[in-house]
Amino acid sequence: MANIKTVEKKTKAQSMGLHTEVLKGKTQQKFFNPDEAENFYYWGTYDVDFNKRTDLDVMNMDCKEANKKIDELMSQGYGTIVIKNPQGKHSLGVGILNKLNLIFEGSLGYFGIGSIDGPTVRVNGRVGWSCAENMMAGKVVIEKNAGSCFGAALRGGDLICKGSVGARTGIDQKGGTIVVGGDAGAFTGFMMQRGRIIILGDVGINLGDSMYDGTIYVGGKIGSFGSDAVESPMTKSDIDWLNRKLNVAEIGDNFDVSKMTKVVAGKKLWNYDALEPTEKKGAI
Amino acid sequence: MSKKKNKKKKNKETKGQLGKKRESAREKMIGQTIGYRYDVNLLPDYSRITPFLKKYIEAMGWDDLNWLEDVHMGYEEDRPAVFDRNANGWVTIPKKIKLPNNQQDRDMIARELLVKFQMSPNHPLVDLKKAYRKF
Repeated sequence: MANIKTVEKKTKAQSMGLHTEVLKGKTQQKFFNPDEAENFYYWGTYDVDFNKRTDLDVMNMDCKEANKKIDELMSQGYGTIVIKNPQGKHSLGVGILNKLNLIFEGSLGYFGIGSIDGPTVRVNGRVGWSCAENMMAGKVVIEKNAGSCFGAALRGGDLICKGSVGARTGIDQKGGTIVVGGDAGAFTGFMMQRGRIIILGDVGINLGDSMYDGTIYVGGKIGSFGSDAVESPMTKSDIDWLNRKLNVAEIGDNFDVSKMTKVVAGKKLWNYDALEPTEKKGAI
Repeated sequence: MSKKKNKKKKNKETKGQLGKKRESAREKMIGQTIGYRYDVNLLPDYSRITPFLKKYIEAMGWDDLNWLEDVHMGYEEDRPAVFDRNANGWVTIPKKIKLPNNQQDRDMIARELLVKFQMSPNHPLVDLKKAYRKF
């Protein structure tokens, strides 16, 4: 249990009467041995085999039924699941926290494959708004175009669209990599905090508007830079990493990455001093 | 005399690079770190990948470090630590692990330790899952 101690020295917030006490000490301490047995999977996830394959026709199912069925198949050890007739249904394939090879034969609606942690997903069609939002880990490949807010609040993993994407791609991105083979709309990388966006084509207005951190690489023309987004020189490490990532993304063969424009945060909007100490802990 | 003074200054700077940077006046006043003390945009050098991480990537069926590209060795209360997004807290590195000077190597160690911690039955998320898991 944490000890609650009254702070003697008052901060500005405390003198204003906003709070009088803070938590001191560790609220939770957990110990583990880094040499314990090798395990690559989360506790409670299913042991699946990529070579065990099955088809699932979701034509007459709603998204809740379809997602539950995917979970059931994983519990039976299926490591490769092919979804037939998704027919643009919303919220398909969400919340998968397992190693899995998931293939959609068709297009998805809004919020497809959101909040996933681990699977490799391929969509042989298009996707609607907010595809793979809050994705934690894994690899998602969209063969055609994607709607707005592609990879919203992305936290990790590789999100790839071989076609073009709509506006606000990577909005509030906190990690991971978004790769777009075609063009991207306005406000790409809006309020991005971390991670990387690669656009091989052109990008719309206000690129990287109000970005805190992270990197955006653009191969084509830039409509305009957003507030606090600035150009930065490409380094050898950027070029090596871009070549590697485009190879992983299965796009951009023979694309000259050295000619791309690198955009980063100017960090002039950073104003931590305006925050009170207790707020600061959450902001950094 | 002046040469000796310069040498002393150099030593202090080297110590600072290992994460023991001197706090700014503002940081001293509020008792907290402002911003990151490491480069969050540092791209991984794949030539320094560890055998454990290679096995992990292979087991997950990925082609690269995937989400681990965003994991770096940071600092919590002046001790080397790695941020665990699942537990929403810093995991300090055991003292017995001797850390190299190179940030790329340190990041690889941080990645390895984080995977081991997250997959451990002692991870805080295990208790939460047991208590609140719906299906």
